[in-house]
Amino acid sequence: MVILEHIHKIFHRNTPNENHALADLSLEIQDGDFITVIGSNGAGKSTMLNAIAGVFPIDSGRIILDGQDITNLPEHKRAAFIGRVFQDPMLGTAPSMTIEENLSMAYARPNNMSLRWGLDFNRRKIFKEYLKNLPLGLEDRLTTKVKLLSGGQRQALTLIMATMKKPKLLLLDEHTAALDPKTAILVNSLTEEIVHKNKITTIMVTHNLEHAIKMGNRLIMMHKGRIVMDIKGEEKATMTIPRLLNKFEQLQGEKFVDDRVMLA
Amino acid sequence: MLQNLFITIFELVPMLLKSAEQGLVFGVMALGVYITFKILNFADLTVDGSFPLGAAVAASLIVSGYNPFFATFVAFIAGALAGAMTGLLNTKAQISDLLSGILTMTSLYSINLRIMGKPNTPLLNQSTIYSLISDFFSKIWPSFPTEYTYIMFFIVFALLIKILLDAFLKTQIGFALRATGDNPQMIRSQGVNTDLAKVIGLILSNGFIALSGALVAQYQGFADVGMGVGTIVAGLASVIIGDSLFGSKTIFISTLGVLLGSFLYRFSIALVLSFRLAQASDLKLLTAIVVIIALTAPRFKQTFKVSAKGGKSYGNS
Repeated sequence: MVILEHIHKIFHRNTPNENHALADLSLEIQDGDFITVIGSNGAGKSTMLNAIAGVFPIDSGRIILDGQDITNLPEHKRAAFIGRVFQDPMLGTAPSMTIEENLSMAYARPNNMSLRWGLDFNRRKIFKEYLKNLPLGLEDRLTTKVKLLSGGQRQALTLIMATMKKPKLLLLDEHTAALDPKTAILVNSLTEEIVHKNKITTIMVTHNLEHAIKMGNRLIMMHKGRIVMDIKGEEKATMTIPRLLNKFEQLQGEKFVDDRVMLA
Repeated sequence: MLQNLFITIFELVPMLLKSAEQGLVFGVMALGVYITFKILNFADLTVDGSFPLGAAVAASLIVSGYNPFFATFVAFIAGALAGAMTGLLNTKAQISDLLSGILTMTSLYSINLRIMGKPNTPLLNQSTIYSLISDFFSKIWPSFPTEYTYIMFFIVFALLIKILLDAFLKTQIGFALRATGDNPQMIRSQGVNTDLAKVIGLILSNGFIALSGALVAQYQGFADVGMGVGTIVAGLASVIIGDSLFGSKTIFISTLGVLLGSFLYRFSIALVLSFRLAQASDLKLLTAIVVIIALTAPRFKQTFKVSAKGGKSYGNS
């Protein structure tokens, strides 16, 4: 279980650009939850994920993961139990290293600072088996450098690397937004398959309202640094895009503005 | 007049041998530069200080009567400490990579003078690791060709360092270092402290560089406080020549390329100096010119390739 308690984060404090990115954000995430996150421009969606991952320290509040207070834990230490996939397919893999070398780093997590060989016969066999189960055709390209892969292949590889050692929490930050529609569908179905099969607690930020409604068991909408809507169970299952937008307008008295939103 | 411009075959062979010796002994330094510039993507200027540091430490210890092998080992440790200093300045004090290296390099100038107590420590009539090796082999094999001690030792030693480095870069921690230079965000999200990875890389790099300095001091018979000037450029030249000629398909090829690049660099300098138009004091200028050529040559190569195919020629590519 993950608990976010009254989290505040202000960027550029005491400047004209002051931005209260997270304003008393609280959220309780149950084990096995697959939460989709939507929200208007600057709602704090990515800031929330970055705060959980430890990219920057938060101003106040607490982050608790499985009973452990991780508020002050540095990013690389949280990585032991948090998997991440970024929007930019270039961010999740080391481009001038090979597929098997990248997989090895994910496989070794969090014991990446050991003097054992990064690759051996056994590991190569495991990686090959692993890739065989995926519709990417990468199982015979283990020694290909990752920079030669397409954005979609790299993103799928990042997803595999983030979940290879089952994380306690998986953070997906618009991970299909930079992909063409066809590849986005592939990566999305891969996401659902991996998350369901391994019962990984997941938070997925998306601009695609259709994906947000279809995927996962819980949908939250953020606005001005806090959560304004939390839909689960029956209500989530029967939700439609017009009803979602209506509900937002009723709650906030303003229109849902997101210049990147995909309605369908 | 004209015949003065060209060298004969009789001059070429000793020149090749000399270039090979220098290429290999400075190649150990170039492998250190390879770690920071190619693996970590860290522009480390500590080099110009850690190279003479290794020489100063080794020479001072040898003159004080210590075993040359021990002295050379201590030089490695001293270089490693200098690397750690730069690493901590960069990661803990948040000083940029260039400036951290410059700060360490500058402070090392004074430190090197302190270590030697004077600007120059001659090693004439001192036993060095080469004289020890030469004596040892002469004893068990009377007809041992002592004039080839250097080249034989340098081949064995430079390849040993290359193989050790190759092996290190294939371990889990080696992967972490390579990823730190390649994509720090990625390797952080795989649980690696990139600050630690940088410091480890700088320690190893400057250890190698000081080791090379110690070997060079014993090879040329003195340590001098000014011998570090331009070391980084020579190291970069070797790395860049190696990279543009042999590519970086695998680690094995890359590090071999660095050693061959170091040899080619020394050979081209020796060749230019032998034309007698240039004099020894032009060395640093020539070094810079070689680096500029090595850096720009790949661009010209690309332009030629495209136009040779009869296709479009991209003047600015």
